[in-house]
Amino acid sequence: MIEFHEVHKSFGGKHVLQGVNLQVEKGESLVIIGGSGSGKSVLLKHIIGLLHPDLGQVLINSKDLSALNEEHLNEMRKKFGMLFQSSALFDSMQVWENVGFGLKRHTSLSDKEIREIAVRKLKMVGLAGIESVMPSELSGGMRKRVGLARAIAMEPELLLYDEPTTGLDPIMADAINDLIKKMNEKLNVTSVTITHDMKSAFKIADTIAMLYNGVIIEKGSPDSIKKSQNPIVRQFVEGRAEGPIVIEGIEA
Amino acid sequence: MANMIVRTIEFIGALIERPVMALGRVFLLFFSVVKNIPKPPFEIRNTIRQMLEIGVNSLPVVLITAVFTGMVLALQSYTGFKRFGAEGLVGSVVALSMTRELGPVLAALIVTGRAGAAMAAELGTMRVTEQIDALETLATNPVKYLVVPRFLSGMIMLPALTVITDIVGILGGYFVTVILLGVSSKKYMTATWSYLELQDIYIGLIKACFFGAAFTLISCYKGFYTKGGAEGVGRATTGAVVYSSMTILISDYFLSALMF
Ligand SMILES: Nc1ncnc2c1ncn2[C@@H]1O[C@H](COP(=O)(O)OP(=O)(O)O)[C@@H](O)[C@H]1O
Ligand SMILES: [Mg+2]
Repeated sequence: MIEFHEVHKSFGGKHVLQGVNLQVEKGESLVIIGGSGSGKSVLLKHIIGLLHPDLGQVLINSKDLSALNEEHLNEMRKKFGMLFQSSALFDSMQVWENVGFGLKRHTSLSDKEIREIAVRKLKMVGLAGIESVMPSELSGGMRKRVGLARAIAMEPELLLYDEPTTGLDPIMADAINDLIKKMNEKLNVTSVTITHDMKSAFKIADTIAMLYNGVIIEKGSPDSIKKSQNPIVRQFVEGRAEGPIVIEGIEA
Repeated sequence: MANMIVRTIEFIGALIERPVMALGRVFLLFFSVVKNIPKPPFEIRNTIRQMLEIGVNSLPVVLITAVFTGMVLALQSYTGFKRFGAEGLVGSVVALSMTRELGPVLAALIVTGRAGAAMAAELGTMRVTEQIDALETLATNPVKYLVVPRFLSGMIMLPALTVITDIVGILGGYFVTVILLGVSSKKYMTATWSYLELQDIYIGLIKACFFGAAFTLISCYKGFYTKGGAEGVGRATTGAVVYSSMTILISDYFLSALMF
C-alpha cells in the first residue's frame, strides 16, 4: 500500500533522508523507531504528501504522490488520518470542532450529529466533558489525545501516528496502545506509528523498522528486532547510552 | 578587472535575489487565491468573521483619525485661504483631499496596522505549530480556507471603511470651519458639493479596493511562509506591516497618476 523508493530529502544543507526504501502492506501495522532528529517525522509527512522527496518516489496504492493533482491528493487524504507530534490542534476552535473538522467539511452531517460523533471519539481516547473547551486550556497529554480523536474521526483506512504516547502517563499510554491496536484489528486499517517507547512498539507492531543516518537499517517482526544482531538496533532497543550510536556533545 | 566585474554582478545578484523570489511567491499566492475564489465550498462563515474583524475592530481608530484629519485640514486650509479671501473654498479642499487621497490611504494604513498584523501573526502561528499542515491532512486547501476569506474581506471592507472615513472627515472639517471659525454652514456645504465629482469618490474607492487586496495578500504571505518559531512570527508580523504600508504608499502615487 505504501512504498518508498530511494527517497532523499534535504533541508538547507542537512541531508535528512538518504535513500529510504520501505514497504507497508495493506492492513499492516508498522512502527518506526529511531533517535530524536533522525527524520522520523519527515518520513511520516512524505506519506501524506505534506513533504515531497527531492529524489526518489513515494507510492500510495501504486500512485506517485508527487504526481497527483490537488483534487486527487485530497480524495486520498480523506481516507487518511494523521496525529501530529505537536498535536497541531486548531486553537481558534473548540475541542469538538477540532475533532469534527473533517466531518464538517467533507460530509453533510449536521453540527449536532458531528458533535455527537466527536464526543464518542473523545470517549474512545479517554476524554469526557471537554468538548466545549478551547485547546489552549488542555494539558499536553490531553491535546495529544484530542489530536488522536481528530485523526480517527473519519474512520480512515490509513492512520499515521507521530509519537502517540509521548507525554502521557504510563497507564494512559497503555490505554492508547490498546486503542491503536483495536483500530488496527479493524478490517483493512493500515497504520504507521512513530515512537521512542519500545514497550508500545512491541505491543502494537506487526513490523518494526529502524531509521538511522537517513536510511532504514533494519526491518522485521518485533521478535526479530528483539533478537537483532545489529549493534545499533540492539543499543536502541535496550536503551543504552554506550554503543555505536554516538550522542553529539555528550562525553562518554 | 574581469574578476571585479563578476564579483560586482554577483553582489548585486545576491542583493536582489531574495526580494525577487519573495515577489514571485507573492504573485504565486495571488494566482492561487484567484484560482480558489470560484471553487466551492465558499468559506462564507470565515469570510464574514474576517469582515467583522477588519471592519468592526478598526472602526474606532478609523473614526478618530478621520475626524481629526478633517479638522486639521480645515484649520490649515482656512489659515492659508483667508490670506487671499478664499475661505469659502475650505469645504472643497477637505472634500477633495478626503475622497481622493486621505480617506483610502488613512483607512488602509490603520487597517494594515491592526488587521494586517493580526493576520500575519495568526497565520504565522498556525504555520509554526503545524496547524496549516493539519488542514492539508484534513483534505482542506489552506489557501482557500485561510487566505481567500481574508483577501475578499479586505477588498470589501476597505472601501466601506473609506466611505466612512470620507464622511467623517468632511464632518470634522465642517465642525472646525463652521462652528469654530464661523464660516456659514451654507458656504461650506456648497463648497463641498460644487467641486466634488462622482469620479473623485470612485477613484478613492478603487484605490481602497486595491489597498485591501494588497495588504491582505502581503500579510497572509508573510504569515503563511513564517519560519522559526515565536521569533519568526514576530518577524512576519513586523514585515507584514512594513511591506504593506510601503506598498500602499507607493502604489497610491501610481494609482493616482494612472487615474488622474
Ligand atoms: N520543515 C523543515 N525545515 C527545515 N528542517 C526540517 C524541517 N522538518 C524537519 N527538519 C529537520 O529534519 C531533521 C529531522 O527532523 P524530524 O523528522 O522532526 O526528526 P524526528 O526523528 O525526531 O521526528 C531535524 O534536524 C529537523 O531540524
Ligand atoms: Mg518527530
